[in-house]
Amino acid sequence: MSPLQLCVAFSSVLFAVGLTGALARSNSILVLLGIELMLNAANLNFIAFWRYSPAPSPATGVIFVIFAIAVAAAETAVGLALVISIYRHQRNIRLQEATRLKG
Amino acid sequence: MEPRVAYLWLIPALPLLAAGVGCVAPRNGRRLAAGAAIAAMLGALVLSCFALHLALADPSAHLVYNFRWFDLGNGAVRLGLLLDPLNGLMCVMVSLVGLLIFIFSLGYMDADENFTRFFCFLSLFAAAMLCVVVANSLLLLFIGWELVGLASYLLIGFWFHRPAAAAAAKKAFITTRIGDLGFLLGLVWLYDTTGSLLLYDGGNGVLESHVLGDLATQVLAGGLAASTAIGLLIFCGAVGKSGQFPLHVWLPDAMEGPTPVSALIHAATMVAAGVFLMARIFPLAAADQGLAAAPVHVLTVVAGIGAVTALMGAAIAVAQHDLKRILAFSTVSQLGYMMLALGVGSWVAAIFHLLTHAFFKALLFLGAGSVIHAAHHEQDIRNLGGLRSPMRATYATFSVGMMALTGVPFVFSGFWSKEAILHAASEWNVSHLPLYAGLAGVVLTAFYMTRLLCEVFWGAPRSPAAAHAHESPAVMTVPLVVLAVGAVALGFLGTPAWPWLQSQLTGEAVPAHSLLEGGGLMALSIVLVATGLGAGWALYGRRLRATAGADDPLAAAAPRLFAFLGARMKLDELYAATVGRLNTFAAALAVILDRWVWGGAVGFLARFGEFTGSVNRGVDEGGLNAGFDSISERIRGAGRAYSRAQTGETHGYLRALAVAFVVLALLALLGGGQ
Amino acid sequence: MTAVLALIALATIGTAAAAMTRRSLLHSVLLLTGSWVGVAAFYLWAGAEFAAFAQVLIYVGAISMALLFAVLLTRRSREDFAPGPASRGRALYAILAGAALAGVLLAAIARGSLAVAPSPVPTVTVRQLGGQLMGPHAASLLVVGVLLTVALIGAVVLAAGTGPGKPGDAP
Repeated sequence: MSPLQLCVAFSSVLFAVGLTGALARSNSILVLLGIELMLNAANLNFIAFWRYSPAPSPATGVIFVIFAIAVAAAETAVGLALVISIYRHQRNIRLQEATRLKG
Repeated sequence: MEPRVAYLWLIPALPLLAAGVGCVAPRNGRRLAAGAAIAAMLGALVLSCFALHLALADPSAHLVYNFRWFDLGNGAVRLGLLLDPLNGLMCVMVSLVGLLIFIFSLGYMDADENFTRFFCFLSLFAAAMLCVVVANSLLLLFIGWELVGLASYLLIGFWFHRPAAAAAAKKAFITTRIGDLGFLLGLVWLYDTTGSLLLYDGGNGVLESHVLGDLATQVLAGGLAASTAIGLLIFCGAVGKSGQFPLHVWLPDAMEGPTPVSALIHAATMVAAGVFLMARIFPLAAADQGLAAAPVHVLTVVAGIGAVTALMGAAIAVAQHDLKRILAFSTVSQLGYMMLALGVGSWVAAIFHLLTHAFFKALLFLGAGSVIHAAHHEQDIRNLGGLRSPMRATYATFSVGMMALTGVPFVFSGFWSKEAILHAASEWNVSHLPLYAGLAGVVLTAFYMTRLLCEVFWGAPRSPAAAHAHESPAVMTVPLVVLAVGAVALGFLGTPAWPWLQSQLTGEAVPAHSLLEGGGLMALSIVLVATGLGAGWALYGRRLRATAGADDPLAAAAPRLFAFLGARMKLDELYAATVGRLNTFAAALAVILDRWVWGGAVGFLARFGEFTGSVNRGVDEGGLNAGFDSISERIRGAGRAYSRAQTGETHGYLRALAVAFVVLALLALLGGGQ
Repeated sequence: MTAVLALIALATIGTAAAAMTRRSLLHSVLLLTGSWVGVAAFYLWAGAEFAAFAQVLIYVGAISMALLFAVLLTRRSREDFAPGPASRGRALYAILAGAALAGVLLAAIARGSLAVAPSPVPTVTVRQLGGQLMGPHAASLLVVGVLLTVALIGAVVLAAGTGPGKPGDAP
């Protein structure tokens, strides 16, 4: 098993853990956490392929990761604000009860 | 290229910023709006002084900074900034006079509830005017020019709840628009011929020699050079903006605006923009001078219009009763003098007079404003009187302005600039009529100003408002004093013995002459001034008006002439009878055409459309609708089915995503992998 | 080298899995913070020091704090966590989905040709990174800046609610 395979396997398992968490839990904060984990797993791939690419261009992978982290920060900020907003409306943060926007 | 020229845009930008601040300031944000406006004007003044200093380092150079605005087809529209002594002096004059008038307005507009809006408009005006001054492109100049017109409209109509003010604003806007149409046509023509509207552009600008040569040699029908036609069209704009005959009618009505506005816009700066424009494009206007065969030269027309305006304005001013209106006609007359100077070829004398006039006319208007403020908005000079003792500062400064305007010799600036114009007119080899008109204007000016001074300040108060007048606050009198100093001192920059201004403006050394060179003409004009003053004193000063209702002495002597002049030579009525009636006739014709000819055609088309429509409807309802109905019912059913999938449950969506992802990955792994 | 990587991977996945299964939200967040530290360690291992730095600063420092605040602010909802039959079914389903995904991905990795020659750890200096960010990626940097600003404002607006004047507005 080459190191690159190990890295990608690592990120896959982390992704699967995040997905499982997001699907299993009913607390919206934990769902958000699962999504964060999935994002991190994706970032791991960027760094891994940058690390083992034949001719690593100066900083592409790192730059991708930095942008992804910035976007994730924005996402978390809005997500948490939404959680607080949901909490204010229904006095709990159970995601399966927040179904008012259904078609 | 001088890199500092690129920062010239800051000069108009500062007041524009202040206008923005005034625009968003709350209605009671008086200090904010006025503070921003005055600070911006102060900043513009400081920058203008730097600019002037830079320009005077090499008076013959035209420092430019040109830049692309946007690309259009194969070419690009370029704008530019220009700095030379003419610009620099104008910048300093506009921002200095503007600053003083802003400060004066603090006192004058104090009681007005729309104080904030007033300063917003004033700043907008200053920004537009400074934009006109620093432009190196006729397009940019035109933009500023129109903005100036807009600001003028807004400010004349500032008290829009008065019908007279609203009408005056409309009149000013429309009348100047007639001239601006000519200006715009001239610009289009110029752009079409030369492909550029930049004034100076390293040899390719429209004011540079080889472009001018091309323009002057292109001959149109009747031996008219292209440069003549373009110059005359652009001059139309100057006629409108500077209140020249026959488009002067808006300027006296513009006095419906607040008095600081009259001082700033309709006396010192905006109306001078026309003169500035002609001085700016003087090389273009003078390009056809070499063509002996040309039927008409631009400068001849300019001189003629200027002479007519100078004389007419002065004559009408003699018979007015409204304090501000007298000053307005005086402005018309003085602008005529400037145009006259331009026309006889001495744009330097025109600019000299422009600068001195800006100071003493602003002074006179602000003095009038002070009087009006003190006398509770009483403007009729028959109802004033006796203000000399209660308003000493105003009286003293107003007298300085009056003597500068009439050209009392040697000490006052107006004397030297007027002498320069008369001297230039006497050397014009085409005709001496402008000189005679100018000399006659000198007598009339001295006469009506003496009348004004006697009626307003001397004698006894003739109304309760005048009797209770008191001196204005310091915020109003201090600008008066500063302007009075300027009205005296500025003259010494351009005397024949030390022609500093002339040599800086032309960029070449002008030899100094003895003070008494052309002494005959000077002596003649001094005698004429004395005659005017004496006549005025004899008629109005010796026997002061006793009551408001008493007859004017001149009216008693020549009632019909006085009434004719008092009705402003009936020019407004003439326009109403000719242009207005023509317009009404054309409108009536248009109505008939509209109603019967075009209306009939349109009606027929409409009937036809109605008929085809009814046929169409029959087809639609019978054949097509049934099909569409069933289709839309099916679409609705599909929508209902899909909407069941939208449970609103986030987990469900996430689950669907996961399943879809796994399925896709499996497909890729098993099928598309290799 | 590989041993270190395996260790990091195990620690990260372990803490993440623990975080996802804990009953207490507070514990979950803290465990997850540990998992993020693991990810940062991986970045360090791969030679991306700056990314590791950013990971620690933003995730371990900022996002975990925000999460803690959110948890504390929504504390009253803890009684909802009693596991019921519905939640047990969902958990089963989720584990199935996660396992399927992991299986598919791992199978793909095993079949794919990802065997590469061992290469030295690449180095990237912060100066290089700055040059790249301000040069070719300047536009994206600006866009991200705008995005962050908008997110910040949006978050404030969302969390601010209807204002103090009408407390009884929320249903």
